[in-house]
Amino acid sequence: MTSLPHQTDKKLGLVIDLDICVGCHACAVNCKEWNTGGHSAPLTDNDAYGPDPSGVWFNRVHTFEVVSEDGCGRMVHFPKSCLHCEDAPCVTVCPTGASYKRVEDGIVLVDADQCIGCKLCSWACPYGAREYDEDAGVMKKCTLCIDRIYNDTLPEDMRVPACVSTCPAGARSFGDLGDPDSAVSKLSDRRGGYALMPEQGTKPVNRYLPPRKPHRTDAPNALSPVAADGAGTVARWLDKILSL
Amino acid sequence: MSPAPSQPRDRADLTPDAIDRTEFTTCYMCACRCGIRVHFKDDKLRYIDGNPDHPVNRGVLCAKGSAGIMNVLSPARLKKPLKRVGPRGSGQFEEIDWDEAMAIAESWLGDIRKTDPKRLAFFTGRDQSQSLTGWWAARFGTPNFAAHGGFCSVNMAAGGLYSIGSSFWEFGEPDWERTKLFLMFGVAEDHDSNPIKIGLGTLKSREDAKFVSINPVRTGYSAIADEWIGITPGTDGLFAGALIHELLRAEAIDWDYLARYTNAPWLVYQAPGRPEDGLFARDKDGHPLVLDGITKAPSDALSPDAKPVFAGSVEIDGLRAVPAFQIMAERFLDDAYAPDTVAETCGIPAATIRRLAAELSEMAFKHQIELDIDWTDWAGRKQTKVVGRPVSMHAMRGISAHSNGFHTCRILHLLQMILGTIDVPGGFRSKPPFPRPIPPGPKPAGHDVKQSTPLDGMPLGFPTGPEDLLVHPDGTPKRLDKAYSWDHPLAAHGLMQMVIHNAWKGDPYPIDTLFLYMANMGWNSSMNVPATLHYLTDTVADGGYKIPHIIVSDAYYSETVPYADLVLPDTTYLERWDCISLLDRPICSAEGPADAIRQPILKPDRDVRPFQDVLIDLGARLKLPGFVTASGDPAYPGLYADYIVHHERAPGVGPLAGWRGEDGDQSGRGDPNPDQLQRYIDHGGFWHHPFTEGQSWLKHGNRDYLTHAQSMGWIPAADRIVMQIYSEPLQKFRLAARGHGPVLPPPGHRARIDTYFDPVPFWYPPFEGSSADMGTGADYPLHAVTQRPMHMYHSWGSQNAWLRQITNHNKLYLHPDTAAAHDARDGDWVWIVSPIGRVKAQIKTMQGVERSTVWTWNAIGKRRGAWGLEAGAPESEKGFLLNHVISELLPATDGGYRHANADPVTGQAAWYDLKVRLEKCLPEEAGTTEPMFERFDAPNLAPSHAVAGTLRFGADSTGTASGRPPTPHREFVRKDGGA
Repeated sequence: MTSLPHQTDKKLGLVIDLDICVGCHACAVNCKEWNTGGHSAPLTDNDAYGPDPSGVWFNRVHTFEVVSEDGCGRMVHFPKSCLHCEDAPCVTVCPTGASYKRVEDGIVLVDADQCIGCKLCSWACPYGAREYDEDAGVMKKCTLCIDRIYNDTLPEDMRVPACVSTCPAGARSFGDLGDPDSAVSKLSDRRGGYALMPEQGTKPVNRYLPPRKPHRTDAPNALSPVAADGAGTVARWLDKILSL
Repeated sequence: MSPAPSQPRDRADLTPDAIDRTEFTTCYMCACRCGIRVHFKDDKLRYIDGNPDHPVNRGVLCAKGSAGIMNVLSPARLKKPLKRVGPRGSGQFEEIDWDEAMAIAESWLGDIRKTDPKRLAFFTGRDQSQSLTGWWAARFGTPNFAAHGGFCSVNMAAGGLYSIGSSFWEFGEPDWERTKLFLMFGVAEDHDSNPIKIGLGTLKSREDAKFVSINPVRTGYSAIADEWIGITPGTDGLFAGALIHELLRAEAIDWDYLARYTNAPWLVYQAPGRPEDGLFARDKDGHPLVLDGITKAPSDALSPDAKPVFAGSVEIDGLRAVPAFQIMAERFLDDAYAPDTVAETCGIPAATIRRLAAELSEMAFKHQIELDIDWTDWAGRKQTKVVGRPVSMHAMRGISAHSNGFHTCRILHLLQMILGTIDVPGGFRSKPPFPRPIPPGPKPAGHDVKQSTPLDGMPLGFPTGPEDLLVHPDGTPKRLDKAYSWDHPLAAHGLMQMVIHNAWKGDPYPIDTLFLYMANMGWNSSMNVPATLHYLTDTVADGGYKIPHIIVSDAYYSETVPYADLVLPDTTYLERWDCISLLDRPICSAEGPADAIRQPILKPDRDVRPFQDVLIDLGARLKLPGFVTASGDPAYPGLYADYIVHHERAPGVGPLAGWRGEDGDQSGRGDPNPDQLQRYIDHGGFWHHPFTEGQSWLKHGNRDYLTHAQSMGWIPAADRIVMQIYSEPLQKFRLAARGHGPVLPPPGHRARIDTYFDPVPFWYPPFEGSSADMGTGADYPLHAVTQRPMHMYHSWGSQNAWLRQITNHNKLYLHPDTAAAHDARDGDWVWIVSPIGRVKAQIKTMQGVERSTVWTWNAIGKRRGAWGLEAGAPESEKGFLLNHVISELLPATDGGYRHANADPVTGQAAWYDLKVRLEKCLPEEAGTTEPMFERFDAPNLAPSHAVAGTLRFGADSTGTASGRPPTPHREFVRKDGGA
């Protein structure tokens, strides 16, 4: 089995705002587009034009409805990718050392050359974030775009994960969640960011922001009519003189 | 086993040379027209992302745009021109070369032009070059031209352009930075999609704002609304009317705004039976009049010194006249619009309506914004402040696709005007070149169609009265689609949805050639698909087709291509020149004008040509005036790129506004610049010219803006643009229906015109469900509506290997109580039954849908044989279209005549009016959808990039090691993040 670093220099991760994610799948598709030619290339698609199309995606948007006790439904769009856990069971379960967590930034990666495709890691991951490429016979997963974020052969605006730079609603942020003074940490603190399924004990780095409380206005429950009826209302306007 | 070695520090290459060339162009995966960067590695397509500098998308890109590569590599791409050899619809074609294809087209069209040009019907779908295609049709001499607006957005465009001089849809946008209460009516995930997503994210990230969604279904944008109001489809106008009722009763009215920027105080004759009835009272110069509150006499409404009142009456030339505002107010103060009256019809509690009206008033008037900006008003008076009201609204398809959509859209604009929220801080802002005069010019051409002669203008325009209609003296339509006839007088986008039916029926006349570009009229863009396929294949006595010739140009093998006699294969969007022009559908923002280009960054690997090149070539072959020089040579030998640079629609005004003039130093107007395209390429593919602060607000009455707009050629004069709460053009049609004026409707049309050409907006029930033939509430109790998923809107997406993994079949969604009433559960199959047919679908329940509504994703269902999909694809086995059960016609009137199933004012296809009932399928009927159409053959298409079904795109374009040291990571948080 493979060991985890005792601690990492940084905890790079994503903060995802569920209050503004409209479920457009931009993050998922742009991720696929970048990464199919990236660190873990290709993100193979099977039966691409046939009856049962499926493929490798590092990021998938799950859409479901939450029904509260009063019967009101809320449609939730929940993008999910690797959470880059501090205690990543997908790493410790790996028999070859192919899965590893980087000391420098905490990113969990798979070294395809060492992966034997045993799928133990996908069984161990409680979030279903690992993606097995049947065609290549190896496990693949979100790299936080490791080939972008440090890469100054690319324009500066591209040096963030693809899912973050493409998100039209601005629902995704990226940074060091190990630094309490980082903008992502402050954002998460201020908005009550939470870890997914903390009871699993994996200490995910990524954070999800819950819906905000609706903004309350000082408006009364209804406007007060100025007259008893329509005719009375119009009569009030006869002497109201306006200027252009 | 001991732990394996871990933490090797350099196993991942952090700095690969991933990209070695980047080109800037414009996306065409939908109608949004975002700026994109297309990245190459080793001369192969590697990655597409948003252009960070582009004014439309500011660096973001949606799922469609991000999947563009899969459309460029689609196995549904046509390879070569095709001539039909089997029966229509069989998919049996013979490949021909371009010379033969062009010769065939030239021969058919040449004969038509020499004999009767209107026998060519030229209609385009999601085309973004309508200023070229419309001009081509006009030069050819046929009035039978339009794009797809008749089934898309004409209610929104016309509703806005006849009311406020701009519109929802694409000609305006909320002030996302400042609005505090945002109302979105109906499904709107279609146009302006990335700007709206950027805006919603901005709005919601400010914690002083509220987003209210009024929509029968809570998905997409509605999912993040702070309040969801599940309205009954087609009742939005009644709901908004009740809000107006509440605001008027409480005098929550922006009086100053109405006086300065609208025709609210203008005097209207009240003289029933007389030809002046309902028209504006005017002075001898034709200026409208107001009732001066000080002199108690009529005075010039256009004078800045006018002191109007909004109620009262005055006699002018013996006729009584009252302010337009009073007429409007009396309508909406009536109990017909009281919250208690409308609650049941709208499915919204009266208390909710009252509360929302109070919130609108609170935000508009108690949270007024004042910006310290120096500007000059229309009368030349210097101003130092702009007053804003932080309430804004947006609406699109959910309002548009109903038979009451035009008036509903007008009610929404009326609500905005009463609140004073148009083109003010926090409100809804016009995008240049709008606002324009109301309605904008020019008028539709096509009165006089002559052999070998161009029209005397453009086919589409804006009528201002009955004399502008394209009708014969007996009232019959001059256009094939009956646009600008008594059927649909303000059909500003035409009625593409009726073209195939009318051509088949020969009503109003038969045609020779139907020429379609980029439109799937044999499938998801037509109502009543089974009948449409019959119209396309029906024959006359000698065995010929009723529609003798069909030419289709498309890049892909759609459901429509097999019905063509001649196929002209188009390129993909990365293989062509294009211009996103101010003459067409602009991409400007409220902050200033913009336009853009597409450039051919890939060379086609097939024998295909850009459609615009083909059209210009065909124009030259046919010797159309404007397409040839005086000596008969092609006027644009460099084809579309040549046209984009050198064509002038008016002196100095061409397709692109940027870098004009010999030296490229002029904007808007200027001589053609031979280097213009290179200047665009050098600037990232687009041009943008921000307004000054003083030009940016209250553009209708802002001299700084109006003068600039005139100089740019957007408006004919720098006069104040007065928004129209009361529409005199509509009243002129109504007067004709009452027997006044030189052009009168035939008797059978009069009642309909009289009813629907009301100068003050009003709500009426959608037509479906209103008669036995159209389905009554008892027989067809459910509303059935559709929307497209955000990752496929306007996107030709089913052939896309990535997007089809997200959605490849659709279900019918309904409330659990509705399902229970039918003894149906998730996964069960049901028949969706309408008055004209039935379609089979699998159901899925959800809470976020209004109980009398069922809905599905549109255009997911595909026909067997189309789009390069293999046998058994879920798109054709389980995917279904509601189109199959939507009638394209209304039931016969007393005289036996059948109008189009459309808005009576604009001709907008009323496909959201559909009423249905559900019948649970028998167990043996489950499994596949019906009706199931025969699989057609396919010609040779571009080879699939998948090998035995497996696609390994990108495997050979991973970057080589650059050897560069890693740079520190960059934090990215949207703007409110660190606060």
